[in-house]
Amino acid sequence: MSYTALIAKKEIKSYFNSPTAYIVLTVFLLMAGWFFSSPLFLNNSSDLRTLFGIIPIIYIFFIPAITMGLISKEKNIGTIETLTTLPIKDSEIIYGKFWASMGLIVTGLLFTGVHLITITLLGTNVDFGAIFCGYLGLILLGAVYSSIGIFTSSLTDNQIISFIISLLIVSFFFMIQFTLQILPSGLVGFFQYISTGYHLSNISRGVIDTRNIVYFLSLTALFLKLATIVMESRKWK
Amino acid sequence: MIKLENLVKDYGNLRAVDHINFQVEEGEILGFLGPNGAGKSTTLKMLTSYLSPTEGNIQVDDLNIFDNSIEIRKLIGYLPEHNPLYTEMTVYDYLHFIAEAREIDSKKFKKVLKNVVEKCGLNGVISKPIQTLSKGYRQRVGLAQAIIHDPKILILDEPTSGLDPNQIVEIRELIKELGKEKTLIISSHILQEVQAVCDRIIIINKGKIVADGSTEELKSNLQGKTKLTLDVIADEDSLAKIVDYVHNISVHSIKNIGEKTFKTIIEYDSVIDKRAEIYNYIKKQDWTLLEMHRENVSLEDVFRNLTVEEGAN
Repeated sequence: MSYTALIAKKEIKSYFNSPTAYIVLTVFLLMAGWFFSSPLFLNNSSDLRTLFGIIPIIYIFFIPAITMGLISKEKNIGTIETLTTLPIKDSEIIYGKFWASMGLIVTGLLFTGVHLITITLLGTNVDFGAIFCGYLGLILLGAVYSSIGIFTSSLTDNQIISFIISLLIVSFFFMIQFTLQILPSGLVGFFQYISTGYHLSNISRGVIDTRNIVYFLSLTALFLKLATIVMESRKWK
Repeated sequence: MIKLENLVKDYGNLRAVDHINFQVEEGEILGFLGPNGAGKSTTLKMLTSYLSPTEGNIQVDDLNIFDNSIEIRKLIGYLPEHNPLYTEMTVYDYLHFIAEAREIDSKKFKKVLKNVVEKCGLNGVISKPIQTLSKGYRQRVGLAQAIIHDPKILILDEPTSGLDPNQIVEIRELIKELGKEKTLIISSHILQEVQAVCDRIIIINKGKIVADGSTEELKSNLQGKTKLTLDVIADEDSLAKIVDYVHNISVHSIKNIGEKTFKTIIEYDSVIDKRAEIYNYIKKQDWTLLEMHRENVSLEDVFRNLTVEEGAN
């Protein structure tokens, strides 16, 4: 087994061995379920658009919550020293933790599949292509937010501080899309490009464009790289 | 086997480790001694690749810490200071995780686990969560974690700190046992501990090595002084003149403890026994000797002298 997989396995186990995973998943699913089902009959359309609209907002709290402890807790109790003196590279530790949080996010998304069952049973002409794209977008967005959460977790040994900073960064990326009107026109293009909402809406519309995918993946890679650099900074001379 | 060359570590403006040089041979049990904050842990952290040296180099066999960090880590078993553990895991899960990280395949794991459990006395707690264990057992888990891959080098950072006296004895026995087959480096600020298990002691203070030698050498070479305490009924003025009659001694202190009774502390080199001469002088003066008590300067005093005097500067 690769070290990355080993770390991921350890983190997934620790998620499900403690109440954390169950609590955050429950809250996540309750909120998603509530916002999906209450306007379902009002909208009278068989798609998951409301769900795909609400999940990015739930993510803003959900993902910082599941990533805040990934590194800061190890720093706090000192196990980071045991972990990093094993023959494992810092980058493998970071990637392992990233895959663990992705595992939890995908688990949450899988549970929202019940809503998909609901609309297939109730509705007609379900556009499975759009739904596939919607989920793909949510997974990619989850990857970006996870990497941000892991980065902030690597900055501190305090979970709460990590949570707050990642909440701020994640909110920044989420909020940009609403500020475009008030920005000077010269900046709009740039801010639109870095806004997660812009790329997500492209994918959710059912258009899988490599530009959008590249955006999400490169942002994820950037923050994971930053987290690795922060980890390695203890070795700076 | 292990060679530290001109090792320096700065934390910002603070120099935690200041040009440390030493070598550890295969099979040696080295005690790394110093007061808190002397740079012991920092040195060990560099040796285990947790930190990088600011200057200097560490070599283990032919490998060096900058280019072959991963290979060196494979040779080392490490118990960090304060013994950090994943307390929510069971002992089994924890050791299984470490074994996987140490590339012990699952077929071998059973055998390895049995061996380690036996050695560290973990029978009966293997399926318990670590957080329910006593401090002594946690320490055993930490040790088990460090030796699970049968490393050539074992580094233990303050392995008995925070344990009660019975647990200390148990862990010490365990360490002695492990020392028979491995190169062992133990850091401590407790003297008896190092004295009890180590062949060789390095004393470090303010990031510098202040003494390096076998336990016996340190005792005799560095401070071979005898302290003699006398309770004597005499008159103070002539008591101080004892140095004129008995050569090569010095009066450390004279204290009046009652009617004409003085507690006098005299120091001299252990090489020649001065007790007879001192007694003869007292007899000649016709004083009354109530008590004479000799103390050899212990390693503890050596340690205190080396580290406190340096610290006062």
